[in-house]
This record gives sequence, structure tokens and C-alpha cells, in this order.
Amino acid sequence: MKLLNYTSKYLALVLLLLITSWAVLFYYAMLDEIYDSLDDGLENQKLLMVERAAEDPTILSQDDPEFKKHVYNFTPISRKTYLNFKESYRDTSMFMLNEKDFEPVRIYESAVAYGDDHYKLKIITSMVEEDDLVQDLAVYLIGLYIILISSILLLNNLLLKKIWKPFYNLIAQLRDFKIEKNTTIAIPDTTIEEFNLLNTTVDKLIKKSTGSYVAQKQFIENASHELQTPLAISINKLELFLENNTLNEKQSKDLATVLDNLGKLTRMNKSLLLLSKIENQQFEEEALVDFAALTKRIISDFEDLAHHKQMEIKFISEGTFKLNMNEDLAIILLTNLIKNALIHGKKKEEILITLQKNSWQISNYGITNELDKTTLFSRFKKTGNLKKSTGLGLAIAKAVADKYSLELGYNFKDFHTFNIALPLNS
Amino acid sequence: MKILIVEDEPQMLDNMRQSLVREHYTVEAVSSFKDANDKIGLYEYDCILLDIGLPDGNGLELLQNLKKQGKEDGVIIVSAKDSLDDRLTGLDLGADDYLPKPFHMAELHARVKAVVRRRNFEGNKLVEAGNVTIDPESRNVLIEGEEVILNRKEYDILMYLITNKTRLVTKAALAEHVWGDHIDQADSFDFIYSQIKNLRKKLEKATIQVEAVYGVGYKLEIDS
Repeated sequence: MKLLNYTSKYLALVLLLLITSWAVLFYYAMLDEIYDSLDDGLENQKLLMVERAAEDPTILSQDDPEFKKHVYNFTPISRKTYLNFKESYRDTSMFMLNEKDFEPVRIYESAVAYGDDHYKLKIITSMVEEDDLVQDLAVYLIGLYIILISSILLLNNLLLKKIWKPFYNLIAQLRDFKIEKNTTIAIPDTTIEEFNLLNTTVDKLIKKSTGSYVAQKQFIENASHELQTPLAISINKLELFLENNTLNEKQSKDLATVLDNLGKLTRMNKSLLLLSKIENQQFEEEALVDFAALTKRIISDFEDLAHHKQMEIKFISEGTFKLNMNEDLAIILLTNLIKNALIHGKKKEEILITLQKNSWQISNYGITNELDKTTLFSRFKKTGNLKKSTGLGLAIAKAVADKYSLELGYNFKDFHTFNIALPLNS
Repeated sequence: MKILIVEDEPQMLDNMRQSLVREHYTVEAVSSFKDANDKIGLYEYDCILLDIGLPDGNGLELLQNLKKQGKEDGVIIVSAKDSLDDRLTGLDLGADDYLPKPFHMAELHARVKAVVRRRNFEGNKLVEAGNVTIDPESRNVLIEGEEVILNRKEYDILMYLITNKTRLVTKAALAEHVWGDHIDQADSFDFIYSQIKNLRKKLEKATIQVEAVYGVGYKLEIDS
């Protein structure tokens, strides 16, 4: 949910609650005020009646309990009743001629004395129609609610959108930001303090991470370069030693083990350098690479290795897959995947390479459970304990695939399959 | 045969010199741009092993100077950088080969021999070992004048072993030379054995033998 609508949602909810409870309060306060004023009017009428009775005592003989002739009524009462009488207001309903319906009325009962005569006085007045009042109130409040919500939405969408523009601008850029692509972020200008803070912080953060990324990359590259010469010296010294001395079997084998390990170190170093180079865009020259022809070539290179492991590499070409890319990188990509299948594949089983229109895939039997897809293409992620694997082969394949926006996927269904494909939308 | 090594790392230089001297080359060595420039101006070499990253200058510049003087010395660039750019620039400037560090000594010999052979064998191009004669141009192999058909890998193994004759060639060096750089992550180099076996069969009548050395590598022995 978008930020704008998110706040609107809560605002709408809060407003609904507020307006509802306010309506209830308002209704009772208003009703109270109405009663108050009605009661004042009734009391006033009583005083008027008392004054009038002094001028015209005939009204005292009005006994009309149904209020058919007058809106008032005098009923004679005893003195005792008079003394104990308590003034009261009560609500009832009466048939209204104009409305042709029973409508609420308020009756005021009081006691008056004229000399020795005591009377109970009843006065009646029309009351506010509560159901109408509630209905009217509800209609107007719903109206108010709708107006409020729509103006808030409008404001959000016009005003807030304008205010939040630098923010959306920034996150749109952040979404496309890739540290390895060396893209820069144009920090939008804004007068809002919080956005300014956000912008400067993001700017600082990006510069810092880009800095450490570049430093790390350079470090790996420099470290790898610096390692080459000592490695070369060690390897050559040992080779010279093997040449110049007559060694027994154990000595030779020990030396060979050291050489093997130095060789492994060399390969790892070369792989790290290669990764750096791919990320540093050092393979810019491109040509149209035919994956079918390339696959055949690489298979013939690996024939002996496959034969040694009693494996067979089968190649089925059902379409064409040609791509403009650096040829060395194409070789590295396919070689690493084929090598991976050979190294991790089960002995005496077949490796199947299938080429279809714009896709290439390789399947091999290996360990019987699925590999962890999340870490499969990470550096130094090794499966099993193959001592000569550098753990960089698939990371390199992935780096090459990423460079050319190729999809490199993996799935497992009795056998392990790696798949290279052009993305569907290109 | 005169070889000049231009290398600023003393131990590296010492290794190369030792190994090349054993092959009866006349080896001279310098470790700075300035010294190298002086030598190049004064003498001619069959092969120059040139390190690009010198403390007082770029080896590629030496190569340029050499070509400007119209000299035809063979040049192998030796570099720790293994950069595609350097390789291309170096070869464009007229270097004969590019050898990234680290390398196997056997590989160094193979490269040096190839350069020397290309430059010097104007008349006699044939390579001989025992009763085996090889024409590197046509890749023909003759035993006592009788042709033996070798496949590409068998031929490459044989040539590599002859180039490094009487020297122990490790399996790793052989695999990388014959099967290429990309084979290098294979979990074992034992796969080369089947080709060696085939080669041995084809060399039955020859006076040279491919000897295994304790499973460490191979050595070419010539019957005397």
C-alpha cells in the first residue's frame, strides 16, 4: 500500500470514529438545550396562566384532560395533595391534526392555589421529533464525512504528492541503483528538512558503500596481482628442485603435493582476478558467438576428462542460440558449467547438453538432493569436499551471465540442471 | 643461443636463469628498464623475456624501442598482470608471445624454444630426438623415416616432452599445455594417462620412452 493511501486509510477510520462519537454527544447536548428551552417556555406559560386566572377566573373551571379545547387544563385538588405536589415534566405522544399522526409532546404539571382553592395545572407543548432529528443529523454528518474524506484524498493526491515528490524521486533512483554498475544518484533538491536529511544521509551512505566496494574490488585485484610473483617463484623453485635432484618416491610425491597446492592457489587467484575483471568491464570486445559450435569445441577439450571419469557428454542441438558477447567470456561461461557437471557428476553416468532456440542447458546426475539455490552461485560455496574445486566456477559463470543479462538458473529433478536463457522480454 | 631476461624480481630472475642455463643457453639478466635499454641497444638476442612492470619504466616501451631500431629479437612478454589489454598491445607491438605469471618452467622452455625455432631454423626445421624426427611445420612424425600418425593431443604431448627432454614435467604442466587453460580446475590430472598410454604404444619402435615418475609427472628418456 502506498504511503499516501496508508495515512488516508487511518485518517478515514479515525474520522469515522470521531464524527460518530461527536454526533452522539452533539445530539444529546442539543436535545438537552431543547428541553431546557421548552421547559422554560412551559414555566413561563404557567406564570401567564396564573396572571390570566387573576383577571379571568373562568379559565380555572376548564377541565379538559384530553386537551381538546385548550392547551392547558386546571384540575381541582385537595390542599393535602397541593402541599405534597411536585412539579413535573413528562413526555408523551398526542395525535397532531396537521401531521395526522401521533407526535411527541411535553406536558408540564404544576399546582397553583387561588385563595383556598387548589388546582393542578397541566400545560402541553409540541416537542422536537427525535426520529426526524436523528435522521437529519445522520444525513448531514454523512455528508460532512464524505466531504472531509474526499477533500483529504484530493489534498493527498495533489498537495502531498507534490510535497513527497523528492522522496519518490529518490526511492525510484534507489530501486535502480546497482553498486557494481557504478551508477550515480542525483539527489533531488527540496526545502523540507526531513527530506534534506534523508537525501544527505542516502548520499553519504552511497558514497561510502561505493567507496568501500571499489576499495574492496581493488584490494582483491591488487592482492591477486601481488600474489602472482611469489606464487611463480615458489612453483618454479620447486620445479627446479625436482629437476636438479635425484629424489626418492616419497620426496618426489611430497614435493608434488606442495606443487599441487600451489597450483590450486594459482587457480583460485586467477579466478578471483577474472571475477574482478568481469566486474570491471574489462571484456568489452564483442562478436557473434554460436553456442552450438562453441559447445562442440569445449566438449572435445573435455573428452579425455570425461572418458577418465567414465562419463559421456551428449549434445543435442534443436535450434540456434547465437549471441553478441565477448568470446572469451562465452568460453568461460560454458566451460565452467561443463566442468562443473564433470566434476560433480556421478561416474559412469551421462551428461546431457541440450540447445534450443535461445536457451542452453546441461544436466548431470550427482548427489541425490537439491542444492541450495540461494548460495549456489556465491563465491567459495562448495558442495562436497572436492579438494581441487576453488568454489568460484559457478560464481564466475553467474558474473558472465549477469553481464549479458542472461538468465542462469538451476533446478533439480532426479538430476541437476543448469540453464542459460535469453530473458523472454528481449 | 643468447637470451636476455628483463625481470625486477631477483628470485624470479634467478629461477629463470638457472633453468635456462641448464639448457645451454647464454643467459644475460638485467632488472631495470635502463639496463635493459642499454643491452638491447648494444647486443642482439635470440629471445628476450620481458617483464612489463619494471620499477623504472614500462616493458612495452622497451619493446617499442626495439622495434624502432629495426631489431628482430624474439620477445616473450612475462607479466604478473595477465591483462587482456597488455596482451593485445604487446602482440600488436610485435611481441612473439605472452606468458602470464605464474607459469611452469616446462612451459617457459616450450615458449622459448618455439620462438627460437621460428627465428633461427631457416634451413633445418626438423626436431630430432633419438630415432624420432618431427617437422613442426607440417606436424609430421617419423620413426626411422617411417611416418607415425598422432592425434593432436599425442603430438602436443610428444613435442612438449621433447622440448623438455630429460626434465621432469609435472602432470599439471602437461595438462595445462596440451588441454588448455580451461582444464585447470579438473579435480585430478590423471585423465591425461589414456593419451600417454596411446602415445607409448605408437612410440614402441622409437628409441625414446615416456617414463612416469612416481605418479608426479613424466620424463622423456632417450636410449643411448
